[in-house]
Amino acid sequence: MIQVSHLFKSFDDKEVLKDINATFKNGQINLIIGQSGSGKTVLMKNIVGLLTPTKGQILYDDRDFVSMPKKEKILLRREMGMIFQSAALFDSLTVLENVMFPLDMFSDLSRDERVKRAQLCLERVNLKGTDKKLPAELSGGMQKRVAIARAIVLQPRYLFCDEPNSGLDPKTSIVIDELIQGITHEDQITTIVNTHDMNSVMGIGENITFICEGRAEWQGSNKEIMDATNKPLQDFIFSSDILRQAKIAYDEQKITRK
Amino acid sequence: MISLKRSLTELGQYVQTMGRTLAVPDRMRMFYKQYVTEMYQLGYNSIGLVLIISFFIGAVICLQIKLNIQSAWMPRMVVGYTTREIMLLEFSSSVMCLILSGKVGSNIASELGTMRITQQIDALDIMGVNSANYLILPKILGLMTMMPVLVTLSVFAGIVGAYATSFMGITTIPELDEGFRYDFNQWFFWCGMIKAVVYAFIISSVSAFKGYSVVGGSVEVGKASTDAVVASSILVLFADVFLTQILT
Repeated sequence: MIQVSHLFKSFDDKEVLKDINATFKNGQINLIIGQSGSGKTVLMKNIVGLLTPTKGQILYDDRDFVSMPKKEKILLRREMGMIFQSAALFDSLTVLENVMFPLDMFSDLSRDERVKRAQLCLERVNLKGTDKKLPAELSGGMQKRVAIARAIVLQPRYLFCDEPNSGLDPKTSIVIDELIQGITHEDQITTIVNTHDMNSVMGIGENITFICEGRAEWQGSNKEIMDATNKPLQDFIFSSDILRQAKIAYDEQKITRK
Repeated sequence: MISLKRSLTELGQYVQTMGRTLAVPDRMRMFYKQYVTEMYQLGYNSIGLVLIISFFIGAVICLQIKLNIQSAWMPRMVVGYTTREIMLLEFSSSVMCLILSGKVGSNIASELGTMRITQQIDALDIMGVNSANYLILPKILGLMTMMPVLVTLSVFAGIVGAYATSFMGITTIPELDEGFRYDFNQWFFWCGMIKAVVYAFIISSVSAFKGYSVVGGSVEVGKASTDAVVASSILVLFADVFLTQILT
């Protein structure tokens, strides 16, 4: 479980995160949603340690990430896996070498064992037989799947995904969502996904934190989101015609049932 | 005032980055792999350029001295002797490094800058890898290993270029032979080697810092690449003045 309490982050005079409080549960898909510029990427960068908060606490299973010594931070980072918006695969390495990289750096396994483990992870994301390809030879969806394989190769306790569906078609987005969901449930890891994809919100959002203008405005599940009364959340979720109509149909159905 | 503050800030960031770079690698196996790759990419891949430029510069220096300086009052060996000393003392050790700062410096800065903007460096940091140490140290040590080799090859290519002028009928092999062998001071060769190692550190560390600290997109990567070449060239020239004073 990851707990964020009273988190503030400023860049010069601009306060981007204002007193964020949120809990990200173990074995669940925790989504951070919000409009572009609302501060969700800054929040995630603070959680993973790419940025240092101005004030506040980030607890990884009761271990304070902000105040812990640098050496402990490095060790904690080895329990994290991250999937970036751009996949962030190493251009000069093949698919297999990319997935093997964390093992090469941090494990004492023999080469054969490392190769076997990396291939297993590639199989898990349905990318068997792509070992020798370079990232540039893969489609966007395949690159994201390699990034997932690389993120899970060390069996992390915490998985972070920064807009994993950006630039993907709806069908591939669902495949990526299902993969992340499957891994989270099977391995019982704490997964935080930064997204503004409504399909992901409705499909896999077990614990959703809505960020608006640097504040955590609402927290709940995808089942609760339809009944949420928070105005900025409603404006954000039901901004498209299709979802607005779905909401109207849902409300009507609720009245009829009553 | 603002530019002074910016320069000092940048100097501080450079020192901090070097502090993280010059540490014991997390995994020696991975370091050696990167080190060999960098020696190949930065050093081996520059051999062609070094040989071509040095060959022609050696030939041109020889021709200039023969046609413009040598006279009936000067001994025959002046052409070979002067060509050797220019190649050994200044061209191969300093000017060649200055030329290489363009090729190698922009290569390093653009590679690391692209890695930064595509979040590959962030990915390393998240994994708990000391990204500066993993990416920059093999480049610095790789170039510091290869630069003396390149300087040596440059001296030889220059001398071969000078010999080649004899086929044009302007000089003769015996007069060049005499000059090349006249009063050879071995220390001048070692001066070139020391200079090469220092310049290799300047070029690789400054260019790597410029690329590693890129913020923004492709325009900033281009700017970092240009800044890397300009900054490392100026620093090489500064270092040249001091090293020449100290070593000779």
